[in-house]
Amino acid sequence: GSFNLGRAATPAEVAAWNIDVRPDGQGLPAGRGNVEQGEEIFAERCAVCHGDFAEGVDRWPVLSGGDGTLTSERPVKTIGSYWPYLSTVFDYVNRAMPFGEAQSLKPDEVYAITAFLLYANDLVEDDFELSKENFTSVRLPNEDGFYMDDREESPVFKKRDVCMKDCKAEVKITARAQVLDVTPEETKAAEEAAAAPEAPKAEEIASAEPAPAVEPAPAPEPVALDEALIKKGAKVFKKCRACHQVGEKAKNKVGPILNDIIGQQAAVVSGFKYSKALKQLNGDGLVWSDENLDAFLTKPKKFVKGTKMSFAGLKKEKDRVALIEFLKSHSQ
Amino acid sequence: DDPAITNLQPWMQELGDGVDAMPYGMPSKFEAHVKRRTVEWLTADRVSSINFTPLHELDGIITPNGLCFERHHGGVAHVDPAQHRLMINGLVDKELVFTMEDIMRFPRENRVYFLECAANSGMEWRGAQLNGCQFTHGMIHNVMYTGVPLRLLLEEAGLKTNAKWLMPEGADASAMTRSIPLQKALDDCLVAFKMNGEALRPEQGYPLRLVVPGWEGNMWIKWLRRIEVGDEPWHHREETSKYTDLMENGKARRFTWEMDCKSVITNPSPQAPILHKSGHTIISGLAWSGRGTIPRVDITLDGGKNWHAARMDGPSFDKSMHRFYFEFDWDGKPLLLQSRAHDSTGYVQPTKDELRAVRGENSIYHNNGIHTWYVGENGEAENVEIS
Repeated sequence: GSFNLGRAATPAEVAAWNIDVRPDGQGLPAGRGNVEQGEEIFAERCAVCHGDFAEGVDRWPVLSGGDGTLTSERPVKTIGSYWPYLSTVFDYVNRAMPFGEAQSLKPDEVYAITAFLLYANDLVEDDFELSKENFTSVRLPNEDGFYMDDREESPVFKKRDVCMKDCKAEVKITARAQVLDVTPEETKAAEEAAAAPEAPKAEEIASAEPAPAVEPAPAPEPVALDEALIKKGAKVFKKCRACHQVGEKAKNKVGPILNDIIGQQAAVVSGFKYSKALKQLNGDGLVWSDENLDAFLTKPKKFVKGTKMSFAGLKKEKDRVALIEFLKSHSQ
Repeated sequence: DDPAITNLQPWMQELGDGVDAMPYGMPSKFEAHVKRRTVEWLTADRVSSINFTPLHELDGIITPNGLCFERHHGGVAHVDPAQHRLMINGLVDKELVFTMEDIMRFPRENRVYFLECAANSGMEWRGAQLNGCQFTHGMIHNVMYTGVPLRLLLEEAGLKTNAKWLMPEGADASAMTRSIPLQKALDDCLVAFKMNGEALRPEQGYPLRLVVPGWEGNMWIKWLRRIEVGDEPWHHREETSKYTDLMENGKARRFTWEMDCKSVITNPSPQAPILHKSGHTIISGLAWSGRGTIPRVDITLDGGKNWHAARMDGPSFDKSMHRFYFEFDWDGKPLLLQSRAHDSTGYVQPTKDELRAVRGENSIYHNNGIHTWYVGENGEAENVEIS
């Protein structure tokens, strides 16, 4: 180059970053994985947001189904119904998933997850194995559903003359935003609070009805924790890590810090914006215990209707017990 | 007598802050309501989400950095510039790595461009939904960038003859990628490190972002760490499953890069009612086009029966926002306000019905239809659609 700036990239540097995959298979790493392996990995690493069958939890992306919906009023755009190329699945899972733990999957795991996603979309049988070798032989149903931008050919683009005077005799209102009423409320109180940081927020004032007297949480008895169980719980906590942090440097993320959670009153972590439902629990005087945390973790939405925690729950009791032990290890 | 005049106010008597009170200045505390807002039901969480520029609180054409809307797919990355590298690899004579210091030794340019999310106004396809131009049109900002022409960086690496496409990639947890045709890269793309004179904000890609003038915002890769040169597009997630425009027949347009000519009246609007009674009244708004400048905007007060030429004001830059005004004597009767922009290619902003006739209602992206505010006798504005 004319400026003589920059330096040559080494092969190892290019290899470290050059992870992209194209529809023709360029960029695929060596490896393989089958549906069964994929199902297991998916359940552990992906199902929190995408559901056990890739059906999607809350507003997280739906990855399966949606066949024949593209012309309907509510199209469901999934890998099976909409995505043109399988390489897109591999590339995206490999570069950005699991959410909050990007690039933690090995190539074989990405092949396995991709194979499972094909299976979840009824595109392969349950004994299917995907590998670098057979990758490009798999085609997605909607590959031909796309065409290059043709806006410039549309009548909208060609309109040139406009009317300026007496263009129409009558005008009627045909739709109003107030009918739907989905605009976020102008939280005046929040604004005032921003100007004067100590002022309580309106919501808190509104919910400050006489709450049942809260008994102070009993001081936790010094009980020796089960180290093996903590280790297992640390593994289970991987599912939570996308949203929650523990430890000295923990910060509120999508979810609040979970240090000292056992024996703590509900919804008291400072600086975290809880749902109304969680604040209500606080008002009710709920203190987190082994028992109610276990119930919450089993099915969060059932235990707290209206929680914004978009987690389906831990079905296995031993996972919940281990996780609670792990959380106890993060207390003073 | 006005007590604001006859009473002694504290600021008239007491000494104010010293020069070291706020080393990096902030707006007046009385402007605390001027801020980006989100629409919680739009996304599953706050990390891969979006907020909106408060257009109704701004004037002129430049968006202040702290109010530029944010869209990120893996949260705001806080990248140490000393650890940041830009790699160019693929179909080049020499694969290169640049440090930030290297990049700042290239000749640089200053350009004002708007950045609009392809989904801006996307919630309005099926009808009037959100009350506020912040929510209907706030996925846009307009900033002066300082950066190096991408062409110079590519020439430094030397393009192979079969080079046709680029794939910029971000250093954040979503490792965002898009395919960009080489022609655009050689035309006017910048690799920018400053916005409005100061370093990029973290939420806008500090320390380095791609600027792709006039094209949809998700292509302006933030935290830019790598550009691969190839001979075919990559068809990655953000150009297949997202940012493709589904038509009524179930087929979808892909690679809809340019942002079409569009305008909106920012004042009055639902968050900014007319507070005075009848009399001299100012209508103000913004217009832009991904294909050029905006020489003309028409305004109607009566839902499109009659139109008037708005007054364009301020600088007119290619692929930048333009400010318009319309001053009139309001009789205090209800208004149906619309603006209709014309761009320098002759394109005229269409009505929403004209767009729906071509695309149906499942398109999500690229809604540049004419927008309507109903203003009642009390001066309050509502988002409506009209016949």
